[in-house]
Amino acid sequence: MPSETVVDLSRLQFALTAMFHFLFVPLTLGLSWLLVIMESAYVMTGKEIYKDMTRFWGKLFGINFAMGITTGITLEFQFGTNWAYYSHYVGDVFGVPLAIEGMMAFFLESTFVGVFFFGWDRLTRVQHLAVTFLVALGSNLSALWILIANGWMNNPVGAEFNVQTMRMELSSIRDVIFNPVAQVKFVHTVAAGYVTAAMFVLGVSSWYMLKRRDLKFAVRSFAIAAGFGLASALSVIVLGDESGYTTGQVQRVKLAVIEAEWETHPPPAPFTVFGIPNDKTETTDYAIRVPWALGLIATRSVDEEVTGIKDLKKEAEKQVRNGMIAYEALEKLRHGDTSPEVRAAFEETKRDLGYGLLLKRYTPHVIDATPEQIRSAAADTIPKVAPVYWAFRVMVGLGIWFLLVFAAAFYFVALRRLGPQRWLFRLALYTIPLPWIAAECGWFVAEYGRQPWTIAEVLPTFLSASNIEPGDVWFSLIGFVLFYSALLVVELYLMFKYCRLGPSSLHTGRYHWERGSFGGQAALESTGGER
Amino acid sequence: MIFDYETLKIIWWAFMGILLIGFAVTGGFDMGVGALLPFLGRTDEERRVVINAVGPTWEGNQTWLITAAGASFAAWPLVYATAFSGFYTVIVLTLFALFLRPVGFDYRSKVEDPRWRIAWDWGLAVGGAVPAFIFGVTFGNLLQGAPFHFDEVLRVTYTGSFGALLNPFALLAGVVSLAMVVMHGGFYLQIRTEGLLVLRAEKAAQVAAFVLVAAFALCGLWVALGIEGYRLISMPDPGGIIAPLAKTVERAPGAWLDNYSRFEWLWLAPAFGLIGPLVANALAQRGLFNLAFWTSAAAVSGVIITAGLSMFPFILPSSSQPNASLTVWDAVSSHATLQIMFWVVVVFLPIVLAYTRWVYRVLGGKVSVKTVVENKDQMY
Repeated sequence: MPSETVVDLSRLQFALTAMFHFLFVPLTLGLSWLLVIMESAYVMTGKEIYKDMTRFWGKLFGINFAMGITTGITLEFQFGTNWAYYSHYVGDVFGVPLAIEGMMAFFLESTFVGVFFFGWDRLTRVQHLAVTFLVALGSNLSALWILIANGWMNNPVGAEFNVQTMRMELSSIRDVIFNPVAQVKFVHTVAAGYVTAAMFVLGVSSWYMLKRRDLKFAVRSFAIAAGFGLASALSVIVLGDESGYTTGQVQRVKLAVIEAEWETHPPPAPFTVFGIPNDKTETTDYAIRVPWALGLIATRSVDEEVTGIKDLKKEAEKQVRNGMIAYEALEKLRHGDTSPEVRAAFEETKRDLGYGLLLKRYTPHVIDATPEQIRSAAADTIPKVAPVYWAFRVMVGLGIWFLLVFAAAFYFVALRRLGPQRWLFRLALYTIPLPWIAAECGWFVAEYGRQPWTIAEVLPTFLSASNIEPGDVWFSLIGFVLFYSALLVVELYLMFKYCRLGPSSLHTGRYHWERGSFGGQAALESTGGER
Repeated sequence: MIFDYETLKIIWWAFMGILLIGFAVTGGFDMGVGALLPFLGRTDEERRVVINAVGPTWEGNQTWLITAAGASFAAWPLVYATAFSGFYTVIVLTLFALFLRPVGFDYRSKVEDPRWRIAWDWGLAVGGAVPAFIFGVTFGNLLQGAPFHFDEVLRVTYTGSFGALLNPFALLAGVVSLAMVVMHGGFYLQIRTEGLLVLRAEKAAQVAAFVLVAAFALCGLWVALGIEGYRLISMPDPGGIIAPLAKTVERAPGAWLDNYSRFEWLWLAPAFGLIGPLVANALAQRGLFNLAFWTSAAAVSGVIITAGLSMFPFILPSSSQPNASLTVWDAVSSHATLQIMFWVVVVFLPIVLAYTRWVYRVLGGKVSVKTVVENKDQMY
């Protein structure tokens, strides 16, 4: 077994590098479709301004995209470097969507992205629009396959444990692809990406309007972002991830933890708007509850129960005991005792083998666990409540705020009265960073809420890591932190630089900094622009 | 087409080879161009010509590497787990070097300051040269076997050190790999650039071709006479349930030549690797740049196929517990997974090749100092 330090450091490293990667993914997912919309307007109307919009927002897309590529490769390698036992144990299933992602999606995205930037003068308008569409399609398909892989970690369907090879093996690719958890995750995650990108375009355009420059460009960008953003914000809330929390035991645990639902309430369960969850007393202090709401949100019904944490823990205790039987039978099978009784015992309990493995933390032999150790293993199946509870509330609160901003923006666009609402422009500008916070909170809920498992109910995290030395992981972790920090500084510098320059960076001669009017040059220098 | 397990195992060995060759032939010249960048381009404009010769297409090329890693996860999970965790430090260093490429291409020309640009030029050079060298070093270690063993539940433990990976034979294999991409990048630049750059690229490719031939030949001699190869003495039925620890393996000098003595036509692969660079060089001297490039591609493929054929059926031999060596027969996924992934490759690989070809046609043609100066705000 890998040392606890290696497990903790590897977890930290995975969390840091995955969350860092997801600073760049949402913009790629959403901005690519916004580029398709802008370029479609160009193809349909023939107006140069839409081409300029596609190219300018495309430049920002490119700066962001480079970081997405840089940080994405780390994740693919990291399963092997730091989670070798995981890779062996589930590679037969988990590797499949990752490999398909490469063949079907990543190739598409990264082959055509170069044509998007360099093909303007070499293709017809329609051909170029098709290329832009393929970049958007590729990046979104990429998200689909990654989320199918991630959905499987949270709800591992379509796979069976093979006693002879001692690993999980694929039994139904259809089940893996159409895993309800994966489908919900996909829709929710890409919609969150669309919100991020729409808010980015909305906020930057607002800033131009506040500065009263390149107004035609800004208004059109603002309008497209408002419409796209409103639709995305609605989908992200309506198609919230919560509806995926009724299938699979670990998803049920996550739901109870998100809501700090200690007791099972008679359906439909109330929703806790506010409260301070207390792990020790297993209560939520100062709770304010809205009757019925949770039952409706989570189960989409009035008669289904949302199981509480205390009951889930009792269920887990039974599963740990079952897991001990499965483990004992497995040991006998592996050592040649394949009598019908042993087989039957294993078949009956193998679903809970993973719960048996949870005991390895307390006793290497599993089958000699004391009642105390069994209780501890069962308690381990509940992640810490407060962090998940709060991260979820931050995410939801922000989601509602985005909906309001987009609704207001869309309202004024639809009335064709955009212009005097400086308050709205300021709000949109200051809201730019918030979708990233919401998205990171969402990932935190999904992945921290999955603990103590890497593969729900199948493989505990502490068994998944590689047999490597803490020094190895320290080396890589420090390297990642240094490299990523430096690259982030560079990326933000360029993002700010090009946002300040605005469409003038295209050097078409049509925009603010190039008009040669008085003060233009001085103002440019004061913002650190080029030329 | 439904294949039996044994056939699929061989098909997947071929697929992994195709993906690696795909990377070496396309991503290879990008890396070579990157490694040559600070040396070939004397002015900022010249360097931008070099960068823009590969800039618009390098991302698709690197995807071969990403896909190869993903495919190894799906098809050879035990290899993926063992190699990536065993060669931990090397993999992490490769990653750090690879970080410099996407941002290097995209960010370098977005700021005018010469210090900024020169720093990124060297970043691109490191991002090209270091991974290429490390890939060679890794292959050098695969040929010698790596010290790893499994416990009874197939949890792998690697007992070597970072320093031990940098042994003389592995370093020589690193030279082969680096020379290979530099040669290939040089020939590619001759197609895509003009004037002085063509001449400098020719010179670089020529030197690299000679180094490659010498180092590759030396590696061959070393494999034949020096390092011990691995030989499969017995194993369970290759069509049955996999059992990675149930075979017998011996180490013996010259064992890596077994396959060549059984099938003499296999010598074609090393022949391509040895003669190809020289032919490519001769073609380039006569101004036949396209032909030289494709000959170079054949030479690169020959080198990689040589390594694969010598080791077959081994993928990752274990020097400390030879019976735990990973082979195409027992380090693989289940029958179902190999079959499904077979279909994925058969359907998508031709599509990828078709649109890659189209993209190269669209973005092809010479890059000149003039185009770079005229489009200085749009190009890399």
